Amino acid sequence: MIKRTKEEEALLGFRSLYHGYGYKRYKMSTFEEYDLYVANKRFLGGDNIVTFSDAGGRLMALRPDVTLSIVKNAVTGADGLEKLYYHETVYRSVGGALKEIPQVGLECIGQLDGYAMGEVVLLAARSLALVDENYLLTLSHMGIVSALLDEAIPADAHPDTRERLLTCIGEKNPHGLRALCGGCGISAESAERLAALMQLGGSFAEALEVLRGLCLSEAAAQGLRELEEIAGMLALHDCASRLRLDFSLVNDLQYYNGVIFKGYLRQLPTELLSGGRYDRLAQRFGRDGGAIGFAINLGLLERLGGEENEYDVDLLLTYAPECTPMAVAEAVRALSADGRSVRVQPMGAPLGLKYRARMNLSERGLEVNA
Amino acid sequence: MRELLNIALPKGRLGEKVYARFAEAGYPCPAVLENSRKLIFENEEVGVRYFWVKPSDVAIYVERGAADIGVAGKDILLEYAPAVYELADLDVGKCRMAVAAKKGWRDNTERTLRVATKFPNIARAHYAQKSREIELIHLNGSIELAPILGMSDVIVDIVETGTTLLENNLEPIEDIVPISARLIANRVSYQFAQAQLDALRDALVR
Repeated sequence: MIKRTKEEEALLGFRSLYHGYGYKRYKMSTFEEYDLYVANKRFLGGDNIVTFSDAGGRLMALRPDVTLSIVKNAVTGADGLEKLYYHETVYRSVGGALKEIPQVGLECIGQLDGYAMGEVVLLAARSLALVDENYLLTLSHMGIVSALLDEAIPADAHPDTRERLLTCIGEKNPHGLRALCGGCGISAESAERLAALMQLGGSFAEALEVLRGLCLSEAAAQGLRELEEIAGMLALHDCASRLRLDFSLVNDLQYYNGVIFKGYLRQLPTELLSGGRYDRLAQRFGRDGGAIGFAINLGLLERLGGEENEYDVDLLLTYAPECTPMAVAEAVRALSADGRSVRVQPMGAPLGLKYRARMNLSERGLEVNA
Repeated sequence: MRELLNIALPKGRLGEKVYARFAEAGYPCPAVLENSRKLIFENEEVGVRYFWVKPSDVAIYVERGAADIGVAGKDILLEYAPAVYELADLDVGKCRMAVAAKKGWRDNTERTLRVATKFPNIARAHYAQKSREIELIHLNGSIELAPILGMSDVIVDIVETGTTLLENNLEPIEDIVPISARLIANRVSYQFAQAQLDALRDALVR
């Protein structure tokens, strides 16, 4: 019997999970005009778009990302809330080589409220649980990071200070952060607060306790409340123990504003899932309200052990030249009746083929070969 | 049995110094220093597995999760920008990335500057910041030769004491960034073993 790969199994699970919450599948075109991506290059996090000219000479791009297309095209209406999921391939050039990356993802666009936001994070957690129960989902909040940076950075600081601080935070780099703060007139107290935020650890509850002491401004407190609400909703589904706070998770402030998150499995070297709230991207396309979503890199799932098929085929059947096609076909039908896979070869075994058993058909009938 | 912590150390003098720090911090594995052809060394008692790799490869092992943590020079981290956490500055292997030229060389800003280096990304970023047009010459060693033979105007390279430069009649003309060895961690390993890795970091920088 053929076993489903981890990827196939997970995909089915994801689809029924999202369908169960009323998300509609969204199927889209593989190409978009290059302009769409150029205008939002930073959202894509780099210059890795694959382009070509179409028959009319327009510069087109192979879709490097699905979210942009969805935000551009989703029809929500004034008070609407659109819930969509997709299963698509995206194309990126990674280290000079063109890569196809299969993705599953989900987007919720329009009049977002606390519930809608929590639902998306919950679906992220439950997606990870479908693949491996020992996952971790880390949460961060750009509103909190942004508020602490606003408090820390003096008005006359160099314009790229914020960007450089975000880089240090993203690296969990305390020595770099302190040196940078010292160099641009940020008080030692603010620097320590940023370092503490970046290094928050332990269980979600422990980290939340420390975070409460760091969120002094109203903007930060608002972010804190959102995180607490989300954690509460996840606790209902027993996902709370897999939740962590990690403020080294920072995304571009031009696009992301609220909660952001990443999902990890122990066996994978990079994150499997990433997502967040990106109202500012939605606003660039003239949308009121907000948007939140996540994507899962399905390509990584092939690295998960799963059960390897030990053999290429259950049975290798060879036959003598005098056997008629009909005789061989009858033998195959009989041998495969119990679900075994049968590979037929006129001569010996093909190089490298691993089989469980081998038989030969001749005028003497079927014989088992050693 | 608990899972061993995989640690990639850079081969060479710096690696030996760094290993001594790990041993002092409570993560010894005496076999590491034996002169053998073995590649991997384990000490199950303290839960560590060390391996020696080429210094410029440490970040690759860590980024891809073959090692949970490792020690790499800041030069490598700046050049390859691997997606890893930089947990601590170990304050060893200190030197600096600098621009050097032949003694008495005059920068003619009318011309494209020819820069020879092992670190093309660092060199490019440095001159892009100054909006200076350069021609990059990527070499793999003996960088000092390039200006001597007139192939380049300057070099961008690591300078420790400046002796090699001096012996070749070169001198540093501009510092780019200070370099030292950094403790780096795989991002996923860190999420799953944060308490353990934080404890190790604290023991190392104590």
